[in-house]
Amino acid sequence: MSISRRQFLGWMGAAGMTGATAATARAATQRQFSGYKDSKGVLHDITRCIGCRRCEAACNRVNDLPGPDQPFDDLTVLDRKRRTTSGAYTVVNRQDAGDDRSPRFIKDQCNHCLEPACASACFVNAFTKTPEGAVVYNADVCVGCRYCMIACPFEIPAYEYHKALDPRVMKCTLCHPRLLAGKLPGCVAACPTEALVFGRREELLAVARERVRAFPDRYVNHIYGEHEMGGTNWLYLSDTPFAQMGLREDLGTTPAPKLTSGALGAVPIVVGLWPVLLTGVYAINRRKEKIAAEEQAMAVERALGQANSEAEAKMADAMKKADEEKSAAVEREVKNALSAAAKAAENEKKENAAPSEKEA
Amino acid sequence: MPQEANQAPAKYFTPFNIVAGIIVVVGIIITVLRFTRGLGTVTHLSDNNPWGIWIGFDLLVGVALAAGGYVTSAAVYIFGLKRFHAAVRPAILTGFLGYALVVLALHYDVGRPWRLPYPFLVSRGTTSLLFEVAACVALYLTVLFIEFSPAALEWLGANRARRLVVKLTLVLTIFGVMLSTLHQSSLGALFLIAPSKLHPLWYSSYIPIYFFITSIIAGLSMVIFESSLSHRYLAHKMDAGHLAAKKDVTLGFGKAAAWVLAGYFFIKVIGIAVDNNWHYLATGYGAWYLVELLGFIALPAFTYAIGVREGNTTLIQWTSAWTVLGIVVNRFNVSLVAFNWHLPAEARYFPHWMEIGISVFIVTIGLLVFRFIATRMPILHAHPDYEAH
Repeated sequence: MSISRRQFLGWMGAAGMTGATAATARAATQRQFSGYKDSKGVLHDITRCIGCRRCEAACNRVNDLPGPDQPFDDLTVLDRKRRTTSGAYTVVNRQDAGDDRSPRFIKDQCNHCLEPACASACFVNAFTKTPEGAVVYNADVCVGCRYCMIACPFEIPAYEYHKALDPRVMKCTLCHPRLLAGKLPGCVAACPTEALVFGRREELLAVARERVRAFPDRYVNHIYGEHEMGGTNWLYLSDTPFAQMGLREDLGTTPAPKLTSGALGAVPIVVGLWPVLLTGVYAINRRKEKIAAEEQAMAVERALGQANSEAEAKMADAMKKADEEKSAAVEREVKNALSAAAKAAENEKKENAAPSEKEA
Repeated sequence: MPQEANQAPAKYFTPFNIVAGIIVVVGIIITVLRFTRGLGTVTHLSDNNPWGIWIGFDLLVGVALAAGGYVTSAAVYIFGLKRFHAAVRPAILTGFLGYALVVLALHYDVGRPWRLPYPFLVSRGTTSLLFEVAACVALYLTVLFIEFSPAALEWLGANRARRLVVKLTLVLTIFGVMLSTLHQSSLGALFLIAPSKLHPLWYSSYIPIYFFITSIIAGLSMVIFESSLSHRYLAHKMDAGHLAAKKDVTLGFGKAAAWVLAGYFFIKVIGIAVDNNWHYLATGYGAWYLVELLGFIALPAFTYAIGVREGNTTLIQWTSAWTVLGIVVNRFNVSLVAFNWHLPAEARYFPHWMEIGISVFIVTIGLLVFRFIATRMPILHAHPDYEAH
């Protein structure tokens, strides 16, 4: 019988220990996952986006999402900042570029992290990073705890709060089924200005670098997504600081799983150490109690023994005294008796002598 | 065992029962709404705020306040502090009910509650700290049930089964401390994955340790707090031993709480220093952090210590209530107040009244079940036919 690694880890996990062993192994080696080779992604060049929302419309169509509250060609929607929802995997936002420049537009959707926070956080493995690059979600195992939404640094996963019995987490799939069928993601196919370019992530990085090199005055010298949270398959180029475009620049480059690997690594230590330490504490206390009880017994015995011997000595003393008194009394009695006897003998002598005197 | 309580005619329409009855009725109505119309109808949860008070209060506070079970049983059975023996059963019962109610509350919060066993049976997400929490809570709930069972078995007169369970006491206690260490800390570690969302004053790589230490503080304080309530309302169910043990327990646990709070204060300060977060203390969030640090950690550490030195059990009892409130404040800060601090005010979360309704409903169920059990089973008194274990 062959056991797959997955199965084995599963069993270990059931014992409540694995996450830890797997995670510490990674933490210990300092190895960083730089993405599946040949995985695909999208380069979003913010300078080319005109905010037409055709990507939103295409996304809605190819993913069979519910119709929008306002039609997709209604650009007044852009007046307020939006985020992804259970009905919209992607949204375009207009951002003020400052300095009398025209506003810029930025498309928001799942960034498909190389090491996704959602997948790391999910306690039923509902999220999978596919070798093609997409992070996909499996509603069949989802419990609906929404920890993925807590974990996601880009605030992407949304939830069907109004479904009572079968709510799902909803997010962009990078059109994974379309990719497998050899098609482009819906949004990329619909983009009229090539603000979205689909391709191998490595090639996209090369393209982005080339653009920055060719137009150094135009672009911010940073490819957002190359290293953020360990890197993402969705990449951004901009002529305006990313923070101003609503992308957080304080996320750091640590992949999400690393943030929790230390805590998970503590699990086997606690599991291994605690029973030993606590049993030790218990045993020490038991021993202390036992020794205390023994010492108490010994002390009692000693005290008793001492009392006994004292009593014996006293008794012996008393006996001796009594003996002495007794012998003295006997002596006295004997003396008395003797003296009495002597007296009697004398008296008799006298009596005997008196008649003889008379006789004489 | 005092008999007069059993013979007195039962009064059902006491003020407590009426209020509890109303809460239960409202709770049932909200329950129906939750499972017919979804979370969107009864909560203010949103895509930005996926966790509300059902996680912040029912789960995080609930688990912390149920820590009295492992703290007390460890003190008595492992550390050999037998003079606190009278506190064990009430603490275990509170712990067991606490965890049972946490699991009940999760059924409201998660989308598909019947899938709660999935992490163990269907698809194991072992890289998740939530997996660790789920596994430990499930196991610990079982442990607490077994630890609690001798009281029920004495009540039922199942002597043989009781003897068997009592033999397991030490093993169960050690297992319970281990599981509690793991999941109490993991509840804090849940937030390690979101450094970009939790305010730096509350986010720390020490957060699992903070959660574990505060669980000890919560456990000690809850035992004191609860014993003061029990002595007030359930004294007629107590035997001489339990009545006499109260002062010992209050002073002993108060002393321990003072020390642990003092230690916690220092590691919190070290946490600020390690991350060099001093400058945040001058902000609005910093002021609120100082309220927590000075008002709910330093102050009770001090008043506990004074109470113990002067033998003032009243002060210790008030301090325990204040400390329990401090635990609530801390868990709310981490999960709600300081979480998503970067979002604009209109995107922040405030609970719907029906969310509060369910939380109150669940606490009420806890009180009712505790009263039901404590008035019937040998919790606050020793069973005359059985020796203490």
